[in-house]
Amino acid sequence: MANKKYSDASSALEGLLFDGMTIAAGGFGLCGIPENLIAAIRDSGVKNLTVYSNNAGVDEFGLGVLLQSKQVKKMVSSYVGENAEFMRQYLSGELELEFNPQGTLAERMRAGGAGIPGFYTKTGVGTLVAEGKEEKVFDGETYIMERGIVVDLAIVKAWKGDDHGNLIYRKTARNFNPLAATCGKVTVAEVEELVPLGSFDPDNIHTPSIYVQRLLQGEHEKRIEQRTIREA
Amino acid sequence: MPWDRNQMAARAAQELEDGTYVNLGIGIPTLVSNYIPEGVDVTLQSENGMLGMGPFPTEDEIDADLINAGKQTITELDRTSYFNSADSFAMIRGGHIALSILGAMEVSEKGDLANWMIPGKLVKGMGGAMDLVAGVKKVVIIMDHTNKAGETKLLKECTLPLTGKAVVDRIISNLGVFDVVEGGLKVAELAPDVTMDDVRAKTDATIVD
Repeated sequence: MANKKYSDASSALEGLLFDGMTIAAGGFGLCGIPENLIAAIRDSGVKNLTVYSNNAGVDEFGLGVLLQSKQVKKMVSSYVGENAEFMRQYLSGELELEFNPQGTLAERMRAGGAGIPGFYTKTGVGTLVAEGKEEKVFDGETYIMERGIVVDLAIVKAWKGDDHGNLIYRKTARNFNPLAATCGKVTVAEVEELVPLGSFDPDNIHTPSIYVQRLLQGEHEKRIEQRTIREA
Repeated sequence: MPWDRNQMAARAAQELEDGTYVNLGIGIPTLVSNYIPEGVDVTLQSENGMLGMGPFPTEDEIDADLINAGKQTITELDRTSYFNSADSFAMIRGGHIALSILGAMEVSEKGDLANWMIPGKLVKGMGGAMDLVAGVKKVVIIMDHTNKAGETKLLKECTLPLTGKAVVDRIISNLGVFDVVEGGLKVAELAPDVTMDDVRAKTDATIVD
């Protein structure tokens, strides 16, 4: 069996990074983000990145660290509201930004990974998002064409992974991770816990190992953005 | 007396139908879940990938892996299921969600909605809002009738970039309830002591009888 396991994020990324590359990252807000791989990309100094991710982290955590270090040329996201440095770089013209509706971004990753180069959606019809895109009428309703995404590298975070690269996510930390995993020419997964082969019930695997080329176990801070509680 | 935020949320909760799946937006719409009427059972969808959203956790229950679309910590219920973001938006785009309640910056008399950006000033993004208004069967907006500068948010034409064209069915503002109908907005209900003259004075959109 090919060994997919690496000791840490930097070694798992060895030979995969180059300036100007495209990266898809899993995560929603700071939930289920590949913290270790983001830190290793920062440490590598690779630059002019185009990053597909639903959000852009916060100023000093998540993908925000790659914005702080000015390694990102362009973000493709649905919502970047939690990040003041992002806003500053965008409004001053240092950073390119392409807004994709959240469902469109998810479907672009899914489609790209599934060998579907484009699809039609009614999301965004009649808005800025539709500008320059092909329109087509189906059954009397207008749709726009969106493109599938295939990226040079996908980075994802799972709860558990086995030696072969099968992944299981936990609760809402699943989000974009399984989709990003499918659309990378190479996909690197970081997990909270690496488990021996045979530990998973095959019926319950979320990402089959075929999508995962490299794998590492890491520590996760799992920062919470909005700590909302009720009285016990 | 115009309604306050909680009264608007309570009024919006009357829109909930028993046995349906519903998506509540961020802000005032989130408050709607505090006013679900007795005997009405709805399942709340959170577009980051969850059906069956429970209340906020106690301090002991907080789980970083369990948040809603507003990135707030929440809890699960007996009926809860989790799924990826493509499956989540398949539910939304595919018309499986009965009702979405959202906030807005502007709504036009044709039901156009603007709630995601102010060019050059506020660049946050649409998140899932464009998918929700395109795919969910019924879209209800909760918002103040006027903005902080006192200008109406119910317009003939939106001035801000749109989230969706002709997508809004009903607006619940602090002044009342308004339906998007042929030719403009129709008053379905007024808040206590609010008159039609009050509404006309604060509305640019055509009010139809």
